[in-house]
Amino acid sequence: MRLVILEDYDQASEWAAKYICNRIIQFKPNQGRYFTLGLPTGSTPLGCYKKLIEYHKNGDLSFKYVKTFNMDEYVGLPRNHPESYHSYMWNNFFKHIDIDPNNAHILDGNAPDLQAECDAFEKKIEEAGGIDLFVGGIGPDGHIAFNEPGSSLSSRTRLKTLAMDTILANAKYFDGDLSKVPTMALTVGVGTVMDAREVMILITGAHKAFALYKAIEEGVNHMWTVSAFQQHPRTIFVCDEDATLELRVKTVKYFKGLMHVHNKLVDPLYSMKEN
Amino acid sequence: MPSNKSVSDAPIVQFTNCRILRGHRLQREDLWVREGKILNPEKLFFDEKGSADIQLDCKDSIIAPGFIDVQINGGFGVDFSLATDDFKSGIDLVSQKILSHGVTSFCPTLVTSPPSVYHQVRDFLPSHPQGDKGLRLVPRGERAKAGHVETGIVLPQISIRNGGSHGAGILGAHLEGPFISKEKKGAHPEHCLRTFEAGAFQDLLTTYGSLDCVRIVTLAPEMKRSSEVIQELTKRGICVSLGHSVANLSQAEEAVQHGATFITHLFNAMLPFHHRDPGIVGLLTSDKIPAGRRVFYGMISDGIHTNPAALRIAHRAHPKGLVLVTDAIAGMGLAPGRHTLGQQVVEIDGLNTYIAGTKTLSGSVATMDICVRHFQEATGCSVETALEAASLHPAQLLGIEHRKGTLNYDSDADFLMLNDGLYVQATYIAGKEVWRQDALGM
Repeated sequence: MRLVILEDYDQASEWAAKYICNRIIQFKPNQGRYFTLGLPTGSTPLGCYKKLIEYHKNGDLSFKYVKTFNMDEYVGLPRNHPESYHSYMWNNFFKHIDIDPNNAHILDGNAPDLQAECDAFEKKIEEAGGIDLFVGGIGPDGHIAFNEPGSSLSSRTRLKTLAMDTILANAKYFDGDLSKVPTMALTVGVGTVMDAREVMILITGAHKAFALYKAIEEGVNHMWTVSAFQQHPRTIFVCDEDATLELRVKTVKYFKGLMHVHNKLVDPLYSMKEN
Repeated sequence: MPSNKSVSDAPIVQFTNCRILRGHRLQREDLWVREGKILNPEKLFFDEKGSADIQLDCKDSIIAPGFIDVQINGGFGVDFSLATDDFKSGIDLVSQKILSHGVTSFCPTLVTSPPSVYHQVRDFLPSHPQGDKGLRLVPRGERAKAGHVETGIVLPQISIRNGGSHGAGILGAHLEGPFISKEKKGAHPEHCLRTFEAGAFQDLLTTYGSLDCVRIVTLAPEMKRSSEVIQELTKRGICVSLGHSVANLSQAEEAVQHGATFITHLFNAMLPFHHRDPGIVGLLTSDKIPAGRRVFYGMISDGIHTNPAALRIAHRAHPKGLVLVTDAIAGMGLAPGRHTLGQQVVEIDGLNTYIAGTKTLSGSVATMDICVRHFQEATGCSVETALEAASLHPAQLLGIEHRKGTLNYDSDADFLMLNDGLYVQATYIAGKEVWRQDALGM
């Protein structure tokens, strides 16, 4: 794995956005060849989305030939509820960019047959040629998407009941009222994300530090599902200083020492204008 | 990118780089319009997989709902209370001209007038589809052929209609009088005042003829049998407004309990506020308003009809009820001098208008955008508050806020582009530009 450590949240968000931008542009997507991107929600990626929008508004990055697949969506929450992941993606990303609505895929938590909806989602990913870059986050309990502790590391897209840690973490979006937080969600499986050609995990903040430690310094374990990516050939963890607080000094020093190598991935920052 | 045609073929326009008034605040959001209505872009994206056909850069303008003027007596030489041969073209002229003031809907107001101004000739052409209830204008030529004598009728020539490039929409007539108080007639002609103590609602109906296109009636609630009249009017969906009256607070409260919801030009033509009997003004803070109802009040904020301090007192006492009105008269938009208002002659001098030869104020010549700016300056209120006083509140008064007065999804796309000084730069009705400030300024 690559462990890219930036000083603070803003710098981590910017590094991640630059990386995504460069990957899309270097791929040279066109009508016959779309770049497929897996996308997360939550507070961690907000800074990254803002930067991507900025690159788009400056004319440096277009999403015209990008297909996106979101990781998850709550079950039973109306699609236009302000806390649904559809609302999140519209307000924080889609409405600011030029993506074709036909290419923005999000699981439908109100589908009449939830498992069929999940199977169809897997099929859509397959038909799109698989995911080129899956961007994700990590929960305080070490989960990737809603693959809660105990999820099979070879799982596919399915219905999951949320763990208490997750419900507590999400309560802040529902006026702090636990009873208002949805208890179930549709989520891509660990196996689904492992199938991506490349995975980038964003981890910022001291409250995620323990989960990061468990994910990369301990063994592969279905209780900390992000640990599965130790077995993925191309994973990048992008974090801020605070998220490294539970790591060994040795680990942090090693990867910080590699920053000059990592930075070659984002510098120069490409632009579609140069074509 | 083409929009999904399965729902509608109509082009989708996205207004970008603007600040829109929504949810009581100016937000950096784009405004989406399709088929004359405000469109929900998120629904478009996820349900229809649609996107904009046309994107317009609004150069950081403020976008606000179009202004609604519920009290306007005329303008540009046209007097809504005066029957003329070309009354129709007069109303058309005013409705077209006020687009530049930001008004997208209005209620042509008729002041106290002789019955002949209200009454329609009772005979209709047999082919009329609505029979006796219709208010289609019967052309003069046809009536003369049928052998009827044409009297100067006005009210039947006012019809409810949507706005467009031809002009602002007409929501219905505002009948201010003749059932008002002699002591507070203001500029209304005394010889035309009437009461309804004999036949109550029937008297009113006899005076006005048909109420089909009537939206608001101003009356004095202290008049005998007013409660019955107010109830009847309210039952028919007509907004009852209290004004030109010497009512005390209890009489005003009783009127509100029977259905009255508006006060005509607060402070003017009513008893002044008194600390032991606040009169109609006391409605602003009355505790006898039925639950779930709100009393609205018109304010002429031209800087003349109401002292700014009084404007502030009213605004602070009851900010959600304030409705800006122009009460504009025929002279609005014209050069200083003499003009007619109903049956009388008035004199214009700057923004001041008096009954010729007196110091009695009679209507205003300030345009709606002037009123909005003056209201904002005098009260120091937010831009959002000033704009809502001329759009959201009148829409709420008339019970039409689900389609007018806001930029909510599915509302009629009647809106304005304004600069930061609240000067109207462009006016849109049903999503189409119907007026634009030209480069040289108008």
